[in-house]
Amino acid sequence: MRRLSIAAFVLLGLTVAVALVILVAPNANANPDGLERVAAEQGIDTGAVDHALADSPLADYGVDGVDHRYAGTWVAGLVGVAVAFTIVTALLLVVRRARGSAPEASSSATA
Amino acid sequence: MIGMHIPDGFIDGPTSLVAGLIAIAAVAWCVRRTTDTLEDRHIPVVGLAAAFIFAAQMLNFPVASGTSGHLLGGVLGAVLVGPWAGALAVTVVLVVQALVFADGGLSALGLNVVNMAVVGSFVGYAVYLMLRRMFGARPSSVTGAAGIAAFVVPIVTSILFTVEYAIGGNDAVSIGSLAGAMVGVHALIGIGEGLITGLAIGAVMTMRPDLVYGARDVGPRAAAAILRGATS
Repeated sequence: MRRLSIAAFVLLGLTVAVALVILVAPNANANPDGLERVAAEQGIDTGAVDHALADSPLADYGVDGVDHRYAGTWVAGLVGVAVAFTIVTALLLVVRRARGSAPEASSSATA
Repeated sequence: MIGMHIPDGFIDGPTSLVAGLIAIAAVAWCVRRTTDTLEDRHIPVVGLAAAFIFAAQMLNFPVASGTSGHLLGGVLGAVLVGPWAGALAVTVVLVVQALVFADGGLSALGLNVVNMAVVGSFVGYAVYLMLRRMFGARPSSVTGAAGIAAFVVPIVTSILFTVEYAIGGNDAVSIGSLAGAMVGVHALIGIGEGLITGLAIGAVMTMRPDLVYGARDVGPRAAAAILRGATS
């Protein structure tokens, strides 16, 4: 079997992440998660306040004003996947440039 | 609401502030170490780890009646790209979730980063290394050790949360009872965490085992060395 290049591997991985967002995320279990459930049962959530950004357009992994269950989750998920990938990759590239050369003199950012 | 990290108002300001300072120091160290050691061509793989963990955290699975769980991702990131880069990837996911998706409190961000990114990655990787040494240098050991370490981490994280709550919790509750409830539900979440992590690491091991940080000493060359050792 021919070995995948790193670029192809990353693209494949991002495709899987996008597929999970499109196909699985809208049907994710909507029950409170472990912490939320325990917090309510044990009474440690009495001081909980609304999130300071609760009115932001993508709050709670939906799109403000979009009631369609799938569309809101899709947009939120795709934005999150893209933003997470871009911030991490850009941050490391920028810091690497600022701090000098890479180990093993590998200068190619694509492979 | 399909996901919830520690929100604002659970744990008091001073405790959150200390966690925030620890988080900043730890993440700065992780950025430094990652950019010192990671090859340029591997940088997008760290981005992929963050993107995948973000997507996987949206996939809440049922763990008990009326309760769900989702991947934390510490072991997945640490085994794939190393604990330093992995902690960084999970940190960015948590920051994006808090700032863009209103998931996880802003004052609690440091607590969430310490618990899920820093402790999740480093304690998770330590457990992984211990298990992998026990299992031997085979590709299947990588997948198995990653899965079991990923089962352990949510339990560790839930105990850590309980300790933080004992220090700075805003409600006076029984800490023993809180610990029992947290560990019980996170042991169940750990089963899902272990399965997802094992599946993901197993998939990468079939495609590009050389990209798996936790498998750097496992592979054709390492296997040949072991065989030579066994027959000499």
